[in-house]
Amino acid sequence: MTPAFLILAAIAVAGTAAAMALRNPIHCILALTAGLTGIAALYLQLGAQFAGLTQLMVYVGAVAILAVFAIMMTHRPSSTQRETYSLTGPAIAAALFAVLAWAICHTTTSAQPLPPEPSATVQQIGDALMHHFVLPLEIIGLLLTAALIGAVVIAMDPTKDQSKEPQ
Amino acid sequence: MSSLQNYLLLSALLFAIGLAGALTRRNAILVLIGIELMLNAANLNFIAFWRFGPHPEALTGIMFTLFTIAVAAAEAAVGLAIILAAYRHHRTTDLDQMDSLKH
Repeated sequence: MTPAFLILAAIAVAGTAAAMALRNPIHCILALTAGLTGIAALYLQLGAQFAGLTQLMVYVGAVAILAVFAIMMTHRPSSTQRETYSLTGPAIAAALFAVLAWAICHTTTSAQPLPPEPSATVQQIGDALMHHFVLPLEIIGLLLTAALIGAVVIAMDPTKDQSKEPQ
Repeated sequence: MSSLQNYLLLSALLFAIGLAGALTRRNAILVLIGIELMLNAANLNFIAFWRFGPHPEALTGIMFTLFTIAVAAAEAAVGLAIILAAYRHHRTTDLDQMDSLKH
């Protein structure tokens, strides 16, 4: 257990826990960006540079901004005061974590402490995407296009749309 | 305890935090964020197994992570659009009050 891992894990856990526990939704998103940055730094520490930077761009750059916009469009100050917490959800999550931790600790892994760092350059990833994984890549492209068009269609206001048509 | 198990434990903890948030929060956007956190925990597992696994040159873990990030981004976009559409109907994002599919 290296100090770098401990620091990054503490950032990730503290950020995500604060994101799920704070009352003000904007503060939650702010804590979430800290936690996601910690996870991206863990990817970088594991040698997956491309995945770490993608995580940084997509989650911290896009998803968090999207969530902030959604919260600002729907937020009412009075609605946050009423939020009360039940103990059922955290209890289920704690039980799940206990089971997972028990299973992980009682598994004998054949992995050596730290194997030599594998190389995953952007060129290798691009080669793999264009040769071995070309069909999943195309399907993901189609999925993203469909999802973005679908998001615009769903979020469109039908009442405003009709009022403009007669002109 | 090997270093792979540290990453697996951290990932299990992140998954539990996301699950607790998704089960507890009443704001629909924060429930969606909790689901994103669970996807992130799975991604961390993929990267850790890729790093400590026997065949890192196959890049399978990284590829799976990249595709999961893309699917999660699509899910976030569609999910937030659905929440905005539901907000227009119910004037709230409180899940306890959004308990009907029709008006």
